[in-house]
Amino acid sequence: MDVFDIFLMEAILNGLLLGGLLALLSLGLNLIFGVIDVVWICYAELIMCGMYAVYYLHVQYHWPLLAAMAAAVVIVAVLGVILHQFVIRPVLGAEPINQLLVTGGVLFFLQAAATLVFGIEFRNLGVTLPSIRLGEMSFSAARLVAFCVALAGMVGMYLFLSRSYLGTAIRAISQDRAIMPLMGVSPARIFVVASALGGALAGLGACLLVLQYDVHPAIGLSFGPITFLICVMGGLGSMAGGFIAAFVFAQFISVGGFFFHLEWGYVFAFAFFIGMMFWRPQGILGRR
Amino acid sequence: MIGNYPLHLMILVLLWGYIYTSWSLMGRLGLVSFGHGAFMGIGAYTVVMLWNHFGLSPWLGAPAALAFAALVAVVIGYPCFRFKIVGHYFALVTLALSEVARLVIVALRDQTGGSLGATPNSALHGGASAAPGALQFSDKQVWFWIVLAFWLAGLWVWRAVDRSMGRLALQAISEEEEAAASIGIHVTRAKLRITLISALMTCVGGVLYAQYQLYVNPDTVSGIGISLQMVFGAIAGGMFVMLGPTVGAAFTLLLAEGLRLAFGNKYPALDSTLYGAMLVLFIIYMPKGILGAALEALRARTARPMAPRSSSGMPSA
Amino acid sequence: MLSLSKVCAGYSSFQALFDVSVEVGAGEAVAVIGPNGAGKTTLLRVISKLIEATSGEIRMQGASLARVPAHEVVARGIAHVPENRRLFPRLTVEENLRMGAFPRAARKRYAERLKFVYGLFPRLEERRSQPAGTLSGGEQQMCAIGRALMSGPKLLLLDEPSAGLAPVVVQAIFDLVRRICAQGYTVLIVEQNIRQVLKVVGRAYLLEAGRIRLAGNSKEFLDSQEIRKTYLGL
Repeated sequence: MDVFDIFLMEAILNGLLLGGLLALLSLGLNLIFGVIDVVWICYAELIMCGMYAVYYLHVQYHWPLLAAMAAAVVIVAVLGVILHQFVIRPVLGAEPINQLLVTGGVLFFLQAAATLVFGIEFRNLGVTLPSIRLGEMSFSAARLVAFCVALAGMVGMYLFLSRSYLGTAIRAISQDRAIMPLMGVSPARIFVVASALGGALAGLGACLLVLQYDVHPAIGLSFGPITFLICVMGGLGSMAGGFIAAFVFAQFISVGGFFFHLEWGYVFAFAFFIGMMFWRPQGILGRR
Repeated sequence: MIGNYPLHLMILVLLWGYIYTSWSLMGRLGLVSFGHGAFMGIGAYTVVMLWNHFGLSPWLGAPAALAFAALVAVVIGYPCFRFKIVGHYFALVTLALSEVARLVIVALRDQTGGSLGATPNSALHGGASAAPGALQFSDKQVWFWIVLAFWLAGLWVWRAVDRSMGRLALQAISEEEEAAASIGIHVTRAKLRITLISALMTCVGGVLYAQYQLYVNPDTVSGIGISLQMVFGAIAGGMFVMLGPTVGAAFTLLLAEGLRLAFGNKYPALDSTLYGAMLVLFIIYMPKGILGAALEALRARTARPMAPRSSSGMPSA
Repeated sequence: MLSLSKVCAGYSSFQALFDVSVEVGAGEAVAVIGPNGAGKTTLLRVISKLIEATSGEIRMQGASLARVPAHEVVARGIAHVPENRRLFPRLTVEENLRMGAFPRAARKRYAERLKFVYGLFPRLEERRSQPAGTLSGGEQQMCAIGRALMSGPKLLLLDEPSAGLAPVVVQAIFDLVRRICAQGYTVLIVEQNIRQVLKVVGRAYLLEAGRIRLAGNSKEFLDSQEIRKTYLGL
């Protein structure tokens, strides 16, 4: 196959755009894990809630799109805090499996609740953005916007984490939780902040996803597992690692899906992941 | 005798009890797999596909499925154990496995029917009620005895594993790998062995499920949903006790059925919403499972006061 | 400034401190010495509220610390430099110091305090952008002490500052402690290196198996036969 095949190039570039979005999704998950040491198995379902929020506010209540999106980010941030305070906190001292299971239970719960409240129909935001042409390749503007916003979001997080006191505290707590009180930092308070941030990132991801995909109660299954894989491959808890892994995975999905059916792209990504595990089990930038 | 519906429930309780017990073989070692849906899916789909496309009897299809499941178990298990991938990492890797299994099934939609599922071609011609060669029986009573036999076999394997490895060895491996290795227990090999047994048993469970229900669907036999359900069921009953997973199966099944009967028709998905909420509450308030909590209560009632054990504590000075 | 009276404390399975009473006056440098496992670290943890005393009273400048949560102790003017330094290994030296200035009141004086700490520890300024985990033992100790100073404390708690350090470095550390005391900080040091610490502090307590066995000024300790025999090997 001619390497300069224009459609392959398009697939690669689309993969890049997808990578940006996946990187944003994995950022929230890594943040939560790095700070609180808990994996929110229901993370994708929180994103689903955000997507529904944008849909309902914009389509049913006729809010301007940007206002609906801003509100969705706040709503999911609040959901994150609620999740932490009422579901995670009681099991913080328990075995890791209990923590995984409790968020797994929330996954079930949110999917079922969404079906109950919203029904199983696919809902479309009804916002169509134009296609942008670059030579003979065309790209969805929604994808481009998502990529740019995701990048901006990540830069924002980076600045927050490296420059602000709270951000430094968030980075510190993942390195030595026990002495945080000696710095005047209440770990419980940092957990709440991290939960809100993780939720906000999920909400932002939701805004970007809802531009491109219809929302339905089971949509979390479409990108949840891949987000976990990305985080693990990048090294669970490492935001930089997740960033790199996201782009790698996105290329597998995009290019693999280009040559074969969409699902095979995921299968190749997973096969690559298994191979990576043999080579570097703790993930690209993970620590043992 | 017993009506069809109660019989159906009992069969499901025994079947899922058997599957949850298979899962618990690994779970009690601290190897919490969120990927057993992959093995069940392999079992279910391999036999159905081989029968539908090649007329291969499940009696031959099952060994094929087992071989495949064994391969997957080793390919995933070996790097995990060799490189000490445990805890969150292990759970997520296995979770990905079950999802990939589901994706493969869906991707092969021309052969498998994709998300719509598949039905094994009926071998019960002309009103026959049994086709043992094709492992198809319309009489639920036959299935009851079959599933009962496998359930008992599962318990027997549990007991055999316990005895062959010794309770202490199992505990040693799950809690203190270095210590276990130092007293000569080849940790990776032991873990692989347990994983293989667990995977193969679950695969058989998938075969039985497919032949009993006569319908398979990627979401009911593979993927996150079913994998999570297995973990829940085993934990809900108490995975450290032999009968715990079965109790868990009974509990989760009856709970789901009960909710469905009470609410299923009025508001669709209200039953599963309540089920999800109850699962969350269960994990928070009864982490040792029903049987585990009951045993603890019993022990507390009959125990003499012990000298306090030293806890994790702080550094020396 | 600081007073403990009849403090008992321990962990879920055993008691570590029995009726401990300690006084530290403003501007004083006081040591708590004793063998391994005596409860010295526990004593400091009880003061900084990382663990709760089961009985007894702890007062800082007259006010009781009873209902103060651990993360508010810094605001009361107590800075605890923990055993083994406990820096944040992947944060830079400067970021570690920044963490020390986390309390709101400390943030306002961040720039001037940073200058002060770098003045005390010029080597830290050279390494300000290095991850703290890559520093040598002595440098890490300096960084840990500097981090505590960033909060502008009235009372400094030092847990075995010389532990795990080479003798030359130990000397440097104690010189530093002497300089800090000279600046007017109130210091409570817990140490196993008895000879060195008694040269820096004015008073000391001997803690053995969770109880205060001896108390007096440094000279009394150095002259004491018991101390010389048991702890100084003379």
